[in-house]
Amino acid sequence: MSRISKDEVKHVANLARLAITEEEADTFTKQLDDIITYAEQLNELDTEGVEPTTHVLDLKNVLRKDEPKKWIEQEEALKNAPEHQDGQFKVPSVLE
Amino acid sequence: MSLFEHSLKELQEKLNNKEISVTQLVEESFNRIKEVDGEVQAFLTLNEEAARAQAVELDEQRGNDDAKLFGLPIGVKDNIVTKGLRTTAGSQFLSNFHDPLYDATVVNKLNDAKSVIIGKLNMDEFAMGSSNENSSYASARNPWNTDYVPGGSSGGSAAAVAAGEVPYSLGSDTGGSIRQPAAYCGVVGLKPTYGRVSRFGLIAFASSLDQIGPITRSVEDNAFLLETIAGHDDMDSTSANVDVPKYTEALTGDVKGLKIAVPKEYLGEGVDPEVKEAVQRALKQYEELGATWDEVSLPHSKYALSTYYLLSSSEASANLARFDGVRYGKRAEDVENMLEMFKRSRAEGFGDEVKRRIMLGTFALSSGYYDAYYKKAQQVRTLIKNDFEKVFEEYDVIVGPTTPTPAFKVGQNIEDPMTMYANDILTIPVNLAGVPGISVPCGFSEKGLPIGLQIIGKHFDESTVYRAAHAFEQATDFHKQRPSLGGANA
Repeated sequence: MSRISKDEVKHVANLARLAITEEEADTFTKQLDDIITYAEQLNELDTEGVEPTTHVLDLKNVLRKDEPKKWIEQEEALKNAPEHQDGQFKVPSVLE
Repeated sequence: MSLFEHSLKELQEKLNNKEISVTQLVEESFNRIKEVDGEVQAFLTLNEEAARAQAVELDEQRGNDDAKLFGLPIGVKDNIVTKGLRTTAGSQFLSNFHDPLYDATVVNKLNDAKSVIIGKLNMDEFAMGSSNENSSYASARNPWNTDYVPGGSSGGSAAAVAAGEVPYSLGSDTGGSIRQPAAYCGVVGLKPTYGRVSRFGLIAFASSLDQIGPITRSVEDNAFLLETIAGHDDMDSTSANVDVPKYTEALTGDVKGLKIAVPKEYLGEGVDPEVKEAVQRALKQYEELGATWDEVSLPHSKYALSTYYLLSSSEASANLARFDGVRYGKRAEDVENMLEMFKRSRAEGFGDEVKRRIMLGTFALSSGYYDAYYKKAQQVRTLIKNDFEKVFEEYDVIVGPTTPTPAFKVGQNIEDPMTMYANDILTIPVNLAGVPGISVPCGFSEKGLPIGLQIIGKHFDESTVYRAAHAFEQATDFHKQRPSLGGANA
């Protein structure tokens, strides 16, 4: 049985904000299915009660003083933007 | 003979004595690049004008400046941000990112140490790949035989050093991306302990795994460079507040009594006989030097690959969300609304492997699958980490091959993601455990391709890793051999 259907692949692509073609959807369905099937070997292991590791260092709540400091100027921040206007990033319409 | 046959310390002495100039070193680099980079394709962007101007400036201070890397030309992997110098991370998405706004912390440190940045080095797109074939530009080649891959993702960083284009470089390692190409190209590459080096300004792939590290021709140069780039950084709260020792002082040549663990899983099925033999010869060498070794087990090794792909892809799917076509990089043309702009900019800007991993990661984190895949992988990660901790209760270092095989041919594995991923089975567990690991040259295959020995240490114990690597290196001459690229020896 396949682990992931073509419809699910299309749903995931939408969540990931990736436009994909029908052909890509077919390829991804096959490839993701292979990878997920392989990854299911983890189910051989009993992990009941095992603490998940999100991070190997024992760091918690690293805080710094909330002090303003000079960083990037507005003009600089805009210089790599595909489009900007009046000191702001410009994007196509958000609402139809 | 190339000036880059000298160690970094020797070059510095020559600069101080005014035997050579910074300009000479920088020209040596650009000349060699002109000579061989058409074949090697290690560089994506050259910093010619600025590097030459900096060399002239530095030459005026020559002899009066004890900055740690004064005048020494370096190459930097292209996922490390350099102010005003194009940074693409090997991706078309960033092909027009000519003017980054700031320097990564490691670049600040290179600048403070007065090294000269020669250019930005080729890599698999966003560091996702093991062969450099996922670079969205012409992929780098192995200087020992350009029909073969240099490894990845820091393939350009390793190839440039092996080809004698620069004496040292920076790479990054998420699942083996420094050590695997170092092994394939016959150079020395270290992945430091997680948290040892600041990642501020490293274009993030998988934040719980990524580390920046040095690629060099010798262990001494490697230790020298790590001394410069390591340490806590206020701009990276995951960088550890742990003192940075003088790594070069650890290079005593003495490994008497060193306790080495050799995991049986690292010499098992799938490991090429030539690689096994080279590692066994290395263990004999260690015996002769007075170290002892025992076979041990890291029983969860076979689960590392699955764990890694689930965790790294999940983290990548979140990290790469920043590439949205709004603030920098690619934006698709003729889009009707913002959603279409996101989707098409990303579809046009990302290559297949990057899309595949974003898809896998998004799936593993999506509602209904999170516990089954992401959380499960995090739990298995704990078991893998515990395996290492248990071995390190009794042993100083773990030794094995860096990769199961020497470099493979261009085009051989690119169509099959699972075979490609298997190249990293011996390096991935090290990232999952967060411990440091180095690859040093330990032999050549019948075809003349380098083989790497991996030495793994305890958290923040790079000193012992370097000591063990250095003693082996000094007892052998693999690191002195050079590819016969461009007609002359580098």
